[in-house]
Amino acid sequence: MDCNEAIHQIYHYLDGALTDESRAAIARHLDFCPPCSGGYHFEVELRILIAQKCRDEVPADLRKRIAEAIGHEPPPEPTV
Amino acid sequence: MPYMGPLYSAALRMTRNPADAEDLVQETYLRAYRGFEGFKEGTNLKAWLYRILTNTFINQYRSAKRRPDQVDLDDVEDLYLYRRLGGMEAAMAGRSPETEVLESMPETAVKEAVESLPEQFRMAVLLADVEGFAYKEIAEILDIPIGTVMSRLHRGRKLLQKRLWDFAVENGLATGTGPAR
Repeated sequence: MDCNEAIHQIYHYLDGALTDESRAAIARHLDFCPPCSGGYHFEVELRILIAQKCRDEVPADLRKRIAEAIGHEPPPEPTV
Repeated sequence: MPYMGPLYSAALRMTRNPADAEDLVQETYLRAYRGFEGFKEGTNLKAWLYRILTNTFINQYRSAKRRPDQVDLDDVEDLYLYRRLGGMEAAMAGRSPETEVLESMPETAVKEAVESLPEQFRMAVLLADVEGFAYKEIAEILDIPIGTVMSRLHRGRKLLQKRLWDFAVENGLATGTGPAR
């Protein structure tokens, strides 16, 4: 496997969406290729950072508001 | 009420407006409560709630346009940010790539970059990269084929990396246009 092939599949690799065989082939390439391996670790890092930075504080009264709204609902139809 | 934190964040990224996000989350829990017998034991509760959130958003909040967004991504290659930040060269020279630039990026900038993505790309990126859903789960949540999930993700991630790079350059976190391709 060359760098182009590895990079082409790197996001599927990150997403855990490859067959065992393809995973192993990419893992072997990454073991011996610093630029691709660096790219892989960079993407891992980037994904963690995006997820961390996309968090928001839930407004204090939202939980209460929703609990009240549900309280005004008729009980759900029993399942038969 | 499980998953309220992540659901509220996702609602904010979708609606881009705190008042609408609160209404969207409330509506999602109400629909979940009313439809709870439709929930099958053993299926993924989080994915089920996201499906309700997404459907509610699509039906109530999104603009009327149906045409898919056209975005030109021809000049955005894979590993775009890593390349711009000189990662290839750094790795060759035995140095680690510059993840400090990523860490120095303010939360508001990352949120704005995500929110700036066209809706179809934004939903896919949110579900995959922020919430960690698998392709198959995203396909079920958005009710689209897995191939479509993959292509939206691919394009959405590229565009997100380009927006982050543009922000870094505009704000002096990174310099120039990166190494020659």
